[in-house]
Amino acid sequence: MGLTTQEMITALSPHICVQDLNVFYGDTQVLRNVNLLIPRRQITAIIGPSGCGKSTLLRSLNRLLELTAGVKLSCKILVDEIDIMDPSVDVTAIRKKLSLIAQSPNPLPMSIRDNVAYGPRINGMQILREPNGVDGVVERCLRSTGLWDEVRDRLNGPASRLSIGQQQRLCLARALAVDPEGLLCDEPTSALDPISADRVEKLLKSLSTDYTIVWVTHTLRQARRIADNVVFLFMGHVVEQGPAESFFNSPKEATTKAYLEGAFS
Amino acid sequence: MNGRILEEQLFNALMLSATFVVVGSLLVVVGVIIIKGAPALSLTMITETSSGGYLLGGAGGILNAIIGSLYLIAGSIGIASLIGLPVAIYLNEYAGTKLTHFARLSLDVLYGIPSIVYGAFAFTLMIVLGARESLLWGIITVAMLVLPIVIRGIDEVIQTVPSKLRDASFSLGATQLETGFKVVTRQVIPGIVTTVLLALGRGIGDAASVLLTVGYSDIIPTSLNNPVATLPLAIFFQLGSPYPHAQQRAYASAIILLGLVVMFSVAARFSTARFSKFVIR
Repeated sequence: MGLTTQEMITALSPHICVQDLNVFYGDTQVLRNVNLLIPRRQITAIIGPSGCGKSTLLRSLNRLLELTAGVKLSCKILVDEIDIMDPSVDVTAIRKKLSLIAQSPNPLPMSIRDNVAYGPRINGMQILREPNGVDGVVERCLRSTGLWDEVRDRLNGPASRLSIGQQQRLCLARALAVDPEGLLCDEPTSALDPISADRVEKLLKSLSTDYTIVWVTHTLRQARRIADNVVFLFMGHVVEQGPAESFFNSPKEATTKAYLEGAFS
Repeated sequence: MNGRILEEQLFNALMLSATFVVVGSLLVVVGVIIIKGAPALSLTMITETSSGGYLLGGAGGILNAIIGSLYLIAGSIGIASLIGLPVAIYLNEYAGTKLTHFARLSLDVLYGIPSIVYGAFAFTLMIVLGARESLLWGIITVAMLVLPIVIRGIDEVIQTVPSKLRDASFSLGATQLETGFKVVTRQVIPGIVTTVLLALGRGIGDAASVLLTVGYSDIIPTSLNNPVATLPLAIFFQLGSPYPHAQQRAYASAIILLGLVVMFSVAARFSTARFSKFVIR
């Protein structure tokens, strides 16, 4: 690589920088010495075969992982050059900053409107105190995910009655309502039908101009379509990472080549 | 004929007849109560307090016991829910595995303790404290009796909440407290209603726990410190009387108690449907 880690950090000014991440479930180590740089306002795709630790990696970025029983992790994760693992850090602020979009849509047991308003409400966001506060936030977020025209007449209806694709866009709108800096997407389209999946993919792609997106995907074709940067994870190790173009066109590692050629998946 | 098909039909018939036995016995119980109690049932029974005789109510109705039971159950279910919901949430959202296991085991044991034991325990406390039989002590005793039902019932339904709901809440910057009370609780409201109904049925129908703690009175209490009558006690005392007239009134009281429980069930059914609207399946 040529450059030292510190030189790369300075050169790229990454949004998220993971240093020496090790994760254990009980006695099983699932991530080994993971080092990552995630650039700001781009899509970084995390690819790799099933069970290689992609979701675990993603969930450690906003400290959601530590809520799982039996998990031990050690690392330094810098977000905007602040170590989020530091005990003095407010963990709720980290999770709000880097919101998770789950694999299968997980609307809250509330109305559509309350789903969007939940985040701003619990965080006591200033914007709610403005006239038209809640309604304004709800409309803006639903519009930005293209859901407004579909649900404007049933904002007080249950979120669970939406189609699965609409639910995922609602989850996206809900995440945007807390003004995050980044979205952690855990295979966000894999539970959807092809048309909804395409729609969510395009939506996320367009959001990447404003948000840092970390996108776990298990389909190489999707990674090729969306990624600005790629991280290839294999058996808990980062095999290779870099800009999408060089990663796909001239992979350096033999394992990467084999994976891209479909030798295993 | 094919042996497997025969087997299928045989077991179908067995299960059907078992179901009939259960439903049938229920109908027999209700039928006997109605046949024996109906002659004594009148509007006076539910609009007037007893008069004309100690305990038995030689005349008048059992309004004192109806109101007494309602006060008693409202107080004890209120207390049990206020304590029970936070405990159930604590066990699921905060407590470590060891504490949770120990608490569940303890609660299951408490669940199985006969109600007379709760009554005896409360009675001992009353003697120590120099307290007299009253509505307050009845409420405390029945609250103890139904608390394990409330906690374990809510605990069981909270365990069915999918972790993806918690992920969603935490990912928006919620604390564990907010997640527990604003998301998890909302998701399990129908289960909470069912649990409270179950506890209510047990609490309102129990005579043994309040036998030693509420006293008995033919007037409607105006303070927590007054003694109070309850429907199960009214049934118990009237049924124990040698006079057929009083025994008949016991069955009429049983009809009223049954009616109350049915009313609560129906109300709970309707409200559950309302609360289920937002639940994620």
